Amino acid sequence: MIGTGATGIIFRRELQAYIRSPMGYIVAAVVLLLDGVLFYATALNPDLGATLSGSVLARFFYNASGLTAVAAVALSIRLIAEERQTGTQILLDTSPVRDWEIVLGKFLSALAFLTAITLATLYIPLLILVNGKIAIGHILIGYLGLTLLGAAVLAIGLFATALTRHQLVAAAVAAGITSVMFLLWPLSQEIGAPLSRVFAALAIHGRHFAGFLSGLLHLRDVVYYLALSYFFLFAATRVMEARRWG
Amino acid sequence: MVQLTDVTRYYGRKRALGPVSFEIGRGETVGFLGLNGVGKTTLLRILACGLRPSSGSVAIDGLDVLRDPHEVRKRVGYLPEQPPVYGDMTVRDYLSFVGRIKGMTAEAVARRVPEVEEYARIAEVRDLPTRHLSQGYRQRVGVAQAIVHEPELLILDEPTHDLDPVQIMEMRAMIRTLKDRHTILISSHILPEISETCDRLLILDDGRIVASGSEAELSDRLLTSRRIEVTVRGGETEDRAGAGAEVLIGQVPGVTKVKCAAATTGKGGTATFRVEANADLRAEVCRALVEGGHDVIALARAERQLEEVFVGLVGGVRA
Repeated sequence: MIGTGATGIIFRRELQAYIRSPMGYIVAAVVLLLDGVLFYATALNPDLGATLSGSVLARFFYNASGLTAVAAVALSIRLIAEERQTGTQILLDTSPVRDWEIVLGKFLSALAFLTAITLATLYIPLLILVNGKIAIGHILIGYLGLTLLGAAVLAIGLFATALTRHQLVAAAVAAGITSVMFLLWPLSQEIGAPLSRVFAALAIHGRHFAGFLSGLLHLRDVVYYLALSYFFLFAATRVMEARRWG
Repeated sequence: MVQLTDVTRYYGRKRALGPVSFEIGRGETVGFLGLNGVGKTTLLRILACGLRPSSGSVAIDGLDVLRDPHEVRKRVGYLPEQPPVYGDMTVRDYLSFVGRIKGMTAEAVARRVPEVEEYARIAEVRDLPTRHLSQGYRQRVGVAQAIVHEPELLILDEPTHDLDPVQIMEMRAMIRTLKDRHTILISSHILPEISETCDRLLILDDGRIVASGSEAELSDRLLTSRRIEVTVRGGETEDRAGAGAEVLIGQVPGVTKVKCAAATTGKGGTATFRVEANADLRAEVCRALVEGGHDVIALARAERQLEEVFVGLVGGVRA
């Protein structure tokens, strides 16, 4: 998919932009620092109920999921808004590149960078593996969950950044949508059926992420995150089309 | 090369452009002249296939911009008012990126980019991030990105924007050399800026074309009188330079007004006259002065006259 076509060209440019800019390193440093601090403060804290290696790992993935979502918002908001802010969007608009190729190239570059940050936390599960008893599969499924959650939030961020030329506005929109999708789960616990079932099915965390925390892979959860990503990438593409030709 | 028929563009309910219709032939260099906010950039963006017209049809090289936008985009190079450069990329990386997204192969980019760097005289800064470039270099990089894929149609929106006088001269020289290879459209709000480089001018006001033609044609059509300035050197015996010249000029058929603008006294002094006539009478005035025994040391059309007409055409100077 990421070859020599327009998607691949944009993917490489955007990935280099992350590597060249301080923003990418700042996000990576903050995420890694907080992952380590939270692991020490909560996952290793027996008072919080984490006594078995498996539950320590689950607690780590729980903490990491929140940080991954925040990092995804931070990484995505510049993707299109910055092009509009600096005047480079016109270059893409007047080039023989389709809007979905631009959106996909940018999305994949952000996902690659976010995945690299996420994988940099691998030392934590390895510490648990060395000092306790956990399955490799649990680690792999947990990271798959983080990647899928990150992809979904990146897609939301891309949609938000396509709407405006102001990165702060994009951040507010992306954070707002993501927060609502997180809050659907606790809300679903408070209200009655049938709305509770709808909220639980739509919530970005909770039921859909629970399996990844405990090392259980459900196809429905994978499909949910892929569908959510597709929906927001599609919406971002339609916004781009409307703005390019609007 | 370019055909526009009844093109309009609205932003909400506000009409930004049109209806405009015109044709531009292959190899022509055409200037769009108009004050800020009259629709020049909107028109150029529609031609560059970066903005959809609200109505009407646009064809570039026989291709409809709405039906074949990608084919059109491959044939068009566009320099917006602010060069669309990525500050984090080096000049070389940036031009390679632009070449690739314009549809060039990696091999073609590797061959073409050094050529363009040499042509635009940016080879010495090719390894610098574009954010470290001066405005002059940024504008050159902007031209380089517009021509890297060898487009048939080159669109330059205010190419001398924010440049100093030396850079403006260099940019004009660069545009002149591009005329051999591209059909060029240039926009400006300053008449001399484009009258020197363009074969034809289209004057826009309030989104519409209010006049078109070469500078000479526009002068013939729009100027009700011609103004020339002539400077003569006084003779050895004259107390006042150019004494008698004013009478001689006034006797030339067609001259309607003569006014001495400046004169010096003493031997070898000079006098400058402003002459108004109903035609371009530079040759006749010069002949009359020489035959009358005066040395003509300068003779020229008043430079700002057509510009004044342009300002009048577009409704005067706006705030």
